Amino acid sequence: MTKRIDVLKTYKIFIDGKFPRTESGRYYTLSNNGKGIANICLSSRKDVRNAVVASRKAFGSWSGRSAYNRAQVLYRIAEMIEGRRDQFVAEIISMGGSKNAAENEVNNSIDRLIYYAGWCDKINQVFGAVNPVASSHFNFSLLEPMGVVGIIAPADYSLLGIVSAMLPALAAGNPVVVLASEQKPLCSVTLAEVLATSDVPSGVVNILTGNTSELIPHLSAHMDVNAIFYCKNNPKEINQIQLAAVDNLKRIVLSKNSDWNNSAHETPYYISDFMETKTTWHPIEQIAGSGSGY
Amino acid sequence: MSKKIEELKFSGEWDLAPAPESTNHISVKKEYQLFIGGKFVKPKKGKYFSTINPATEKKLSSIAEASKEDVDRAVKAARKAHSGVWSSTSAKERGKYIYRIARLIQEKSREFAVIESLDGGKPIRESRDVDIPIAAAHFFYYAGWADKLNYAFPNQNPSSLGVAGQIIPWNFPLMMAAWKIAPALATGNTVVLKPAETTSLTALKLAEVIQEADLPPGVVNIITGAGATGSDIVNHKDIDKIAFTGSTGVGKIIMKSIAGTAKKSTMELGGKAANIVFEDAPLDQAVEGIINGIYFNQGHVCCAGSRLFVQESIYDTLLRKLKDRMQSLIVGNPLDKNTDIGAINSKEQLGVINKYLSLGKKEGADMFQPSCDIPSKGFWCAPTLFTNVSQSHAIAKEEIFGPVLAVQTFRTIDEVITKANNTPFGLSAGVWTDKGSKVFNLTSKMRAGVVWANTYNKFDPTSPFGGYKESGHGREGGLHGLAPYLKF
Repeated sequence: MTKRIDVLKTYKIFIDGKFPRTESGRYYTLSNNGKGIANICLSSRKDVRNAVVASRKAFGSWSGRSAYNRAQVLYRIAEMIEGRRDQFVAEIISMGGSKNAAENEVNNSIDRLIYYAGWCDKINQVFGAVNPVASSHFNFSLLEPMGVVGIIAPADYSLLGIVSAMLPALAAGNPVVVLASEQKPLCSVTLAEVLATSDVPSGVVNILTGNTSELIPHLSAHMDVNAIFYCKNNPKEINQIQLAAVDNLKRIVLSKNSDWNNSAHETPYYISDFMETKTTWHPIEQIAGSGSGY
Repeated sequence: MSKKIEELKFSGEWDLAPAPESTNHISVKKEYQLFIGGKFVKPKKGKYFSTINPATEKKLSSIAEASKEDVDRAVKAARKAHSGVWSSTSAKERGKYIYRIARLIQEKSREFAVIESLDGGKPIRESRDVDIPIAAAHFFYYAGWADKLNYAFPNQNPSSLGVAGQIIPWNFPLMMAAWKIAPALATGNTVVLKPAETTSLTALKLAEVIQEADLPPGVVNIITGAGATGSDIVNHKDIDKIAFTGSTGVGKIIMKSIAGTAKKSTMELGGKAANIVFEDAPLDQAVEGIINGIYFNQGHVCCAGSRLFVQESIYDTLLRKLKDRMQSLIVGNPLDKNTDIGAINSKEQLGVINKYLSLGKKEGADMFQPSCDIPSKGFWCAPTLFTNVSQSHAIAKEEIFGPVLAVQTFRTIDEVITKANNTPFGLSAGVWTDKGSKVFNLTSKMRAGVVWANTYNKFDPTSPFGGYKESGHGREGGLHGLAPYLKF
């Protein structure tokens, strides 16, 4: 009898809810201890631009959803990852990790999703304010989603890195374009498959694999990107982003702690980093009622 | 000069075909036990009472009556769960349990809705679209707070109180259970909850959900019974906090009982809300708001807009529109998706409402009820409106808790503020005007815990709810709803 041959998976990128190959047709081979694991798309400038277009298109509907609905959509991702737990664990191990560490990473990723899901409808209760201005006005400040956020995921983590990096911007109501870890991209692609089958609307999350140092200049110079979240530790890249971002005054957020298992990465301040404060003034009529009783 | 406008006639021409919700997919047991320590246990004294469908007066099930011994068992289970498991469970995992409850309610939402309507008499449209979704949303919202309490109360290092005794009313049975249980669990407390005796079923279904969610035994205990059971909870020595929703009268009895003890309390009591319509209001929207304000859930709503104040210049037009709209309300089978007004919750409550109807007429007000077909069996009250009402009338002063609206008029803004605030209650108010600056003027002058502007009876887990004055103290919902379950 002939031995059954496994069907190998093609790892593709994720733009606008679809799984295209990179338009450039290029690839790099991911390997562990000299053994090839998979061929990964080497995304191009054009892929970045397509992803930004998809994100911008998704901005209105994602930012316009109720916070409660966004919370449930993020919670649903956690449910979906829980169902694919074995696949993620296997992928992390294949890229060079212990079983224990892999399981820990998947657990932390799921719990982090739950953590940020919970913030969607609370962020404005903690960060918003009614301002007691001296004139007769009702004056309040709310945080609103910022726009398209470009994310450079942590290099040394697979699932936990990308999940932690994209969640704050998503919880805030922004669509994202993520540059996945170049060394550990497998879980990013599988996460895309999770997102495609959960309730995340297409275009809200776009994930590109490839050479991050090649793509960073294009993402950080793109005039339709509102902010960059940089989760690596390369001073040269940081400098590059800071310079390129000036043209449209992109906000830049740098993550300072590189231990992504650390709960320091669970903070509402990451969410508020990707929101703008809007203050509204409304007059209050001053007629009557001053002697109002008990 | 103007021609007399003819009254709209609805007789027969506007009838909709019946659209009853199916009851095939629900399961109601013949007999329900007490939910104590994670198990359904028989009551110590072996006593049961019947719960009926108020729309047919048919028995639905037998419900265990908790005696003093049962209350003690439940409190002991809650205490053990608090010190043994729940207070040492990490906040994150606590949150995940609560999320499970939210998801299970969503999964079983239609079953919950149908049982709620069967047991309580409310229209299926309301239980399906309001009660059950809000109950699930409440668990979902407070689940997220469990591991974020330090952001709600910075520098306070909040911790749980211990065991909360919670007593809820019959008007929004599952929703009230959610309002009570969700924040209590999120803050690390354990719970002994008693639903009202006429509407125990969805609370007992919730007990099944809590079992299914695998919560540690004793974290939530649900015991059934009437006032005596409630009183045993209030007076139990090992309870740290009483959360009560119900009438102001009972609230005062509870406050007297716990005076001199270390028990904390939240009281969500009665109301007699003013719903104020100015001449510049969009009238058709205002009419919908008035209808929703008073006839929603048969008027069994503590924040119901039961006092309508209409500016004199629009009185005739508004009243005509309001009466026309009342003609089109459908009173009847709560399980019919077209029904606007269902059954009155109990025979006792119908008696209370009827007493106020005759009192209103006796005191000189004019009563209006649209002609509508009312089923022969069950407890029913047609939507009712009183005009020629003065401030001193009982129907303008006291909470009726039924579909009865008392209409008064005003000329100036000063006058209406004084009249609206002329009540010992202060739960809610409504304002209808096209002018934003007037809205904010009114919201700042109303002595009430919730003010709806150009809308009414809106509820959301993120929004604090609770009263001024004799409408109670403490808030439920939102960040503010956490504080009553914490010590700092």
